[in-house]
Amino acid sequence: MQQLVNTALGGITLGMVFAAFALALVMIWRSTRIVNFAQAAMAMVTTMLALSLIERGWSYWAAFLAALATGFVLGAVIERTLVRRVEGGPELNAVILTLGLFIVLTAGAEIVFGSDYRSFPVPFSLSGTEIGGTTYALTGFDIFTVVAVLVTMGLLLALFQFTDIGLRMRAAAHQQEVARLLGVKVGRMLTLGWALAAVVGSLSGLLIGGGSLVHPHYMESVVVFGFVAAVLGGLDSPAGAVVGGLLLGVTLSFVSGYVGSGLVALAALVVLVVVLMVRPGGLFSATTARRV
Amino acid sequence: MLQVEGLSAGYGPITALHDVTLGADEGRITAVLGANGAGKTTLLRTVSGLHPARTGTVRLGGQDITRHSAEAMPALGMAHVPEGRGVITELTVEENLRLGGLARGRVKTADLDRVWSLFPPLDERRRAAASTLSGGERQMLVVGRALMSRPSVLLLDEPSLGLAPRIVTQIFELVRGLVREEGLAVLLVEQNARSALSVADRGVVLNLGRVVADDDAAVLAGDDQLRHAYLGF
Repeated sequence: MQQLVNTALGGITLGMVFAAFALALVMIWRSTRIVNFAQAAMAMVTTMLALSLIERGWSYWAAFLAALATGFVLGAVIERTLVRRVEGGPELNAVILTLGLFIVLTAGAEIVFGSDYRSFPVPFSLSGTEIGGTTYALTGFDIFTVVAVLVTMGLLLALFQFTDIGLRMRAAAHQQEVARLLGVKVGRMLTLGWALAAVVGSLSGLLIGGGSLVHPHYMESVVVFGFVAAVLGGLDSPAGAVVGGLLLGVTLSFVSGYVGSGLVALAALVVLVVVLMVRPGGLFSATTARRV
Repeated sequence: MLQVEGLSAGYGPITALHDVTLGADEGRITAVLGANGAGKTTLLRTVSGLHPARTGTVRLGGQDITRHSAEAMPALGMAHVPEGRGVITELTVEENLRLGGLARGRVKTADLDRVWSLFPPLDERRRAAASTLSGGERQMLVVGRALMSRPSVLLLDEPSLGLAPRIVTQIFELVRGLVREEGLAVLLVEQNARSALSVADRGVVLNLGRVVADDDAAVLAGDDQLRHAYLGF
């Protein structure tokens, strides 16, 4: 019983982080029809920056906010200076651009931050929670992780659903030309979309790195899971990204806990293949077929 | 209100508009007619800044707006309802309308109320996804959305496309009423020349990107030779 609960709790925490990463991918896909392969590297850069600031004596919270703010700027600058040039062009150009960006950011981080494994301290207890005499594998940081992702998603939902700028962003994402005719400055909305996605991506980087070891390649193992979660949800649906992330997190946690931790990556691929076979558009896709 | 002078535009080596001159006055509907490929849609897209002009000028109330971007047009008082209607199906009916109002900075409740009273079918479905609307309702939605920006010039591209004749008449009558009551200048692009001329004050006939006739709608409708040659009725 205890193991079952622990496995489920671990899965939910892990799933929340996947969900955040997948959400960042979905936000960019929806607005620019680009799969951002540089997402992990962008998150890594901001997380490494936060760690460097903490090592220089900044508090965790100041470094946390600085990383999110840097993510915002990084996302905006990348969209404005690089992605803008491939938007609307052949899809392969965008793929090559974001892959190239991934390599450049990773190599750059190795030069700037070094490639050592460094421990990322967090101001939370990293030991389990005791409830009724039984200790469950739910740490203070786990709780923070779940809350942080939920709050971020709530804020994004409120932004998109209830504000004028959110309405403009949705219009720009769905129908660029009509949005322009209605006075929406589509270019600015796309920049803002990338910036917000990079903030969410940075959040996932901070949450994955927190309490464990980080180095310029630490996000690479998350990439596969984040992509699977996004595709699982349908790549077009923010809600799907969240559900896909949670589903994948829990599944992988059970595979790791009951089958064998060596099979986690394989299990993720099995989940992906099964979903693509049964519902090629993803669990939350509005259409059954997808333009390739 | 709207003056187009010597306007040319094209796509690559193809010239779609040759030296087009026409105007749309307030309180009048000016119909732009012609066969498929005559340049009607290109004309509207060039006027509203979606497509670049090669030569010529577009003036709105005397101001040269030829080089203004499409995003700037609503603030200048121009609303363009594109071909294929341009409903943003992922948004609700009310969100589509609000977007129209945002084009002028902020959404005024009075403007929304006016659209609800003009189009009762939309009022009943404020929170419905726009994707659930019928063709006629979608046309109401885009016209209503254009009105939300309080335009002085309204560009309508093929509003009759794919609609039942009864709905077309309804839409045209509504536009007619708006023009009469609010002094709107309407530039109406139509392939359906017969119904367009029945509602328009003035008609401009395009053929292969050139103006071949520009006269009162009644005169054009009475010119058998012109009708057979260019208008297909």
